[in-house]
Amino acid sequence: MLNNIRNNDTVLMSLIVVMVLAAPLLLAPLGAGYPDLMQRFAIFGIFAVGFNILFGLTGYLSFGHAAFLGVGSYSAVWMFKLLSMNIIPAIILAVIISGLFALIIGYVSLRRSGIYFSILTLAFAQMSFNLAYSVLTPITAGETGLQLALDDPRILDAPYEAGQLPTPGLFGLYMNDTWTVNFIGMELQFNVGYYVCGLLLIALFYVALRIFRSPFGMMLRAIKTNQTRLNYTGVNTRPYTLAAFVISGMYAGLAGGLMASMDPLAGAERMQWTASGEVVLMVILGGAGTLLGPVLGAGVIKYFENIFSRMNDQVVESWFLWMPEGLTEFMVAIVHPFVGKGWHLSLGLIFMAVVIFLPGGLIEGANRIIGWIGRRFGSKKTDKSGEAPAPAE
Amino acid sequence: MSDQTTRRGVLKGGAALGATALATPTFFSGAHAGGHSGFTNAPGPESVTLGFNVPQSGPYADEGADELRAYELAVEHLNGGGDGGMLPTFSSQALDGTGILGRKVEYVTGDTQTKSDAARASARAMIEKDGAIMITGGSSSGVAVAVQALCQDAGVIFMAGLTHSNDTTGKDKRANGFRHFFNSYMSGAALAPVLEANYGKDRNAYHLTADYNWGYTTEEAVRTSTEAMGWNTVNTVLTPLAETDFSAYIAPVLNSDADVLVLNHYGGNMVNSLTNAVQFGLRDRIVNGKNFEIVVPLYSRLMAKGAGANVKGIFGSTNWHWSLQDEGSKAFVRSFGTKYGFPPSQAAHTCYVQTLLYADAVQRAGSFNPCAVVEALEGFEFDGLGNGPTLYRAEDHQCFKDVLVVKGKENPTSEFDLLEIVEITPVSQVTYAPDHPQFAGGALGTCNPGA
Repeated sequence: MLNNIRNNDTVLMSLIVVMVLAAPLLLAPLGAGYPDLMQRFAIFGIFAVGFNILFGLTGYLSFGHAAFLGVGSYSAVWMFKLLSMNIIPAIILAVIISGLFALIIGYVSLRRSGIYFSILTLAFAQMSFNLAYSVLTPITAGETGLQLALDDPRILDAPYEAGQLPTPGLFGLYMNDTWTVNFIGMELQFNVGYYVCGLLLIALFYVALRIFRSPFGMMLRAIKTNQTRLNYTGVNTRPYTLAAFVISGMYAGLAGGLMASMDPLAGAERMQWTASGEVVLMVILGGAGTLLGPVLGAGVIKYFENIFSRMNDQVVESWFLWMPEGLTEFMVAIVHPFVGKGWHLSLGLIFMAVVIFLPGGLIEGANRIIGWIGRRFGSKKTDKSGEAPAPAE
Repeated sequence: MSDQTTRRGVLKGGAALGATALATPTFFSGAHAGGHSGFTNAPGPESVTLGFNVPQSGPYADEGADELRAYELAVEHLNGGGDGGMLPTFSSQALDGTGILGRKVEYVTGDTQTKSDAARASARAMIEKDGAIMITGGSSSGVAVAVQALCQDAGVIFMAGLTHSNDTTGKDKRANGFRHFFNSYMSGAALAPVLEANYGKDRNAYHLTADYNWGYTTEEAVRTSTEAMGWNTVNTVLTPLAETDFSAYIAPVLNSDADVLVLNHYGGNMVNSLTNAVQFGLRDRIVNGKNFEIVVPLYSRLMAKGAGANVKGIFGSTNWHWSLQDEGSKAFVRSFGTKYGFPPSQAAHTCYVQTLLYADAVQRAGSFNPCAVVEALEGFEFDGLGNGPTLYRAEDHQCFKDVLVVKGKENPTSEFDLLEIVEITPVSQVTYAPDHPQFAGGALGTCNPGA
């Protein structure tokens, strides 16, 4: 049994490593192989994996995680402005500050559970958003967003080329450096920033995996299953939930710091409740409580947001031009509401379908398909137990 | 019917050339592959791709839709379609309807959602994926400033759409960014004399201000201009952007000795606050022996439509209005009206003009290199685009032109005829020094051609 889990973990880790490293090749045919979107996949993957440590394991549904993402971004941009364009101090500060934030918000919010906890976190996040949007304008630059300026001190850095803003980098590598390679007619873009995000995603995925498998993770699962019972047996669950909350807050802060490193701007909308809701959707869509699910969910949602939203009528029409004229117009009319500005609609439909038919998220879907293939073609190997395939956690 | 066939034909032609950017999500546009000519996204010999980044969802979706219509019209005219719009009236006759530098103009669109992050993601996709050489659009200053900074970093040109905050060409100005639209300072400077003439020098003003950057700069601009002519500012109150019911903010106005209410609100905010103010009977009040008045610094037709009869007789400023009678405006209203069936908004106008100005600058410079374009636009003087003689100032990349002071029409004849022009404030009156305190801080830097 233990052996089996170990095996599964190795498979899982190899899967994520291959997915991350080969992303430019895998995503190019989908039209998603450009640096900005790949960076977003990895960053929101980190965000969702961290969120899943809280939501997937303890069942505490936080509706305010975007606040940590925003705090991380602001910290990182301030580091770029004051200290250096190297991303390491920026990311470290982002994690520390968001961890402190999570400690304070978690300490207060975790006094309640269930819907009350969700509402408290939502209230804190909205408060942070409103503060950042208006009252704290001197620190956050309000609606405009915090940006780099030519006259920032950047005390550790050598002077830059006059009149040009510096780019975030890592010891001489710049985040926006991209090598373009032509490969069987496709243009593959290998971007430094993406690989920084991707390697961090692999590392943090591994950390999450260790947490899932640890006694601490077991404790968190126990909290999800029956917190009352734990309390009756004399276990104080608060330190565990608080630790999970802070860890996932730090994941979010790191994701925020990375976002600022890839694109040095921090805006208040990053903290809005819709952004908090988005990560909840990612985790549920992918499969809450599974390891790979949140990464998948983040990918699907970001793909819709960035690719579907850009298919305007001109594009749709060009797909159906080979059809007879009347049919083209007809197909365009049918497809039109679901792409372009209607991308929310298609995403909503997929979300509904997943929640209704695959309560375990896309991972459940994948498991069912693998199970079906296994039963259909792998019958000679006959799983003696005949049990359902272990969830890919 | 015939119109449909032509559009189809055009599209087919585009697809045949293999130039339709984003034809399927699988292919990168050829333009991108051609690169490495000393600047980002150097276009190939056949076509050039522009990125239209407008809000298609969220609070400014209506304006975004109108902007997109204007962009499509501009592309049609640049490629020699339609009636040419403002091309014949434009003082620079470099454009000849054969695209830009002989390349057919293609475009990609994106949704800014009126969020800086989404807008930047969309703009980066246009630059990295579709090989866009110029990004334009936006219906909010926050987004404009964010995308402008991105374009500076990426090394493409940004032609701002509707953005009114001083910061866009003030503390957040960038060498690769250009704004045709007017700004808060100009609104204040244009409004003040009209207000003085109509309401006198001795007034007590009460400001309600949307609690974000644009609100701050507009309040400052209007306050400074009106105080300079003798008005007294009684109070300034910030209102949350998401507020829909302003009753709680209007009631204290009744208890103050203010006799003018300035609503530094835009879009839905303004519609709601104005409606509340009218419901509270502010306009029927007599304070200090004077009629109580309301002022809205930035007007748009879409807002006037939303507020309905409440806008009658209320002063404000706009960048452009379709009832202007110069040749450029008439040509633009005619071709927009023919294509879409209603007159264009000021957002549509500024976006159309920006596209033409960019194309013209490339044509005159003989190169798509952003630095050459910047050079061609800096200090460029032109006419015939609807605002009279206009200067693109080199110091801050802001257009200087006449500003319209408008008033809600008492007897509108149609749903589009809601504003009447009270005065065309001459450009000399709204010009300021580049280092004016309201625009202080920030630096243009140098143009960035990218990789």
